[in-house]
Amino acid sequence: MGRVILNNIIRFFLLLGLQVFFLKHIGYYNLATPFLYILFILLLPFKIPNLLLFLLAFLTGLTVDVFYDTLGLNAAACTVLAYVRIIFISVTVQREGFDNEPDPSLGIMGFRWFILYATLLTFFHHLVLFTFETFRFSQFGYTLLRVILSSIFTILLILLAEFTFFRKKMR
Amino acid sequence: MRNLWMFISKYNAFFLLIIFLIFSFVLLINNNSYQRASAWNSSNLIVGRAYERVNSTASYLNLGQTNDSLAAENGRLKNQLKTSFFDDSVASESVNDTINQQQYTYIVSKVINNSVNQKNNYLTINRGAKHGIKKGMGVIGAKGIAGIVLNVSEHFATVQSVLHQDTRISATVNGNIGSLVWGADSYDPRLAILKDIPNHVSVKKGDRIVTSGYSLFPSGVEIGRVTRTGIKGGDSFLDIELWLSTDFSKLQYVYVVNNLLSAEQQNLEQANKVQ
Repeated sequence: MGRVILNNIIRFFLLLGLQVFFLKHIGYYNLATPFLYILFILLLPFKIPNLLLFLLAFLTGLTVDVFYDTLGLNAAACTVLAYVRIIFISVTVQREGFDNEPDPSLGIMGFRWFILYATLLTFFHHLVLFTFETFRFSQFGYTLLRVILSSIFTILLILLAEFTFFRKKMR
Repeated sequence: MRNLWMFISKYNAFFLLIIFLIFSFVLLINNNSYQRASAWNSSNLIVGRAYERVNSTASYLNLGQTNDSLAAENGRLKNQLKTSFFDDSVASESVNDTINQQQYTYIVSKVINNSVNQKNNYLTINRGAKHGIKKGMGVIGAKGIAGIVLNVSEHFATVQSVLHQDTRISATVNGNIGSLVWGADSYDPRLAILKDIPNHVSVKKGDRIVTSGYSLFPSGVEIGRVTRTGIKGGDSFLDIELWLSTDFSKLQYVYVVNNLLSAEQQNLEQANKVQ
């Protein structure tokens, strides 16, 4: 239990540091901007209570917002992300299996499940994020293009990170 | 009550979502000026549209009153307009030169009446005896000569334009002096004729015709350009047709030439006749 908390704390600082100091300055113009920090919320353990999940997601988004000067924007996106995560897990994972499967990582859940999970959650997060950033429905096509391109970018980075740590866990 | 509590706890994820979303929305709108402005605008859009509709209907009912007040406003503004006042200030330029004695001064005036399509055309200018204008003074436009002062009143003067059958102005082309007339056979407001230039003088199309300095005008004031020579054959003089550089139909400001030495010259010439 303690190890899980420690792991998540380390992951939190690592991913957020990477996000706000490095990935903030990377992007294909305004079209594709990566948001790797959501991997932290993706990888929270299955057994986490809903309230704690929402709270953690909200605080993670808020932390990113503080660095991005967009207070509330990432927080809203992460809240939606948490909700989508709860629904997705309740639909696809049996509750009895929670004991043998501590967290929804690539190494444990398998590639097919994980890519669906990551894609869906990333898409919803980015959809909320960019829609609220634009804050209007005119030029929604352009916003949608940004969502899709950014999602591809983020998912690629998530897979990259997961494959890197996946190998280490197997050893 | 118990059922409600069960309902909430069963779908706790959804209610948590709502709570956290509202919270982040409040943060978003209160802390980001762009989203705040957009939020107010979109909520104002409906209100604004409604007001617009009501307003456009109401304005139709008041149309008569509005027209009356606008007409009154126009009248009041027209009274204040500069053109409603008689411009009484004279801008005449003169340089106090001790080496070259000043012979000509110019009085700026505005053309307030004008004709170009009559047999004999006149201009009226808004300067008169009060401003030092006398009968017989020369009048120059911005591009060339315009005419001769004919009658003078207190505030106005009429000018016998170049486009007048009786106007004769001494002019030179290539140093040969002739006299400028208009209206001999055509009444084109842009064309005049230079007479009394001897046949042997070579004059080409485009040569400059200027005042000679013998009459009311200073020498070298532009009159026009040669367009045709020898209109009538078999004479001992060339009749030169010229294109006047002054477009009389567009004349707005003119300068009245005040020859300071004209009185002395006239007195001297008068003495010749008496003898």
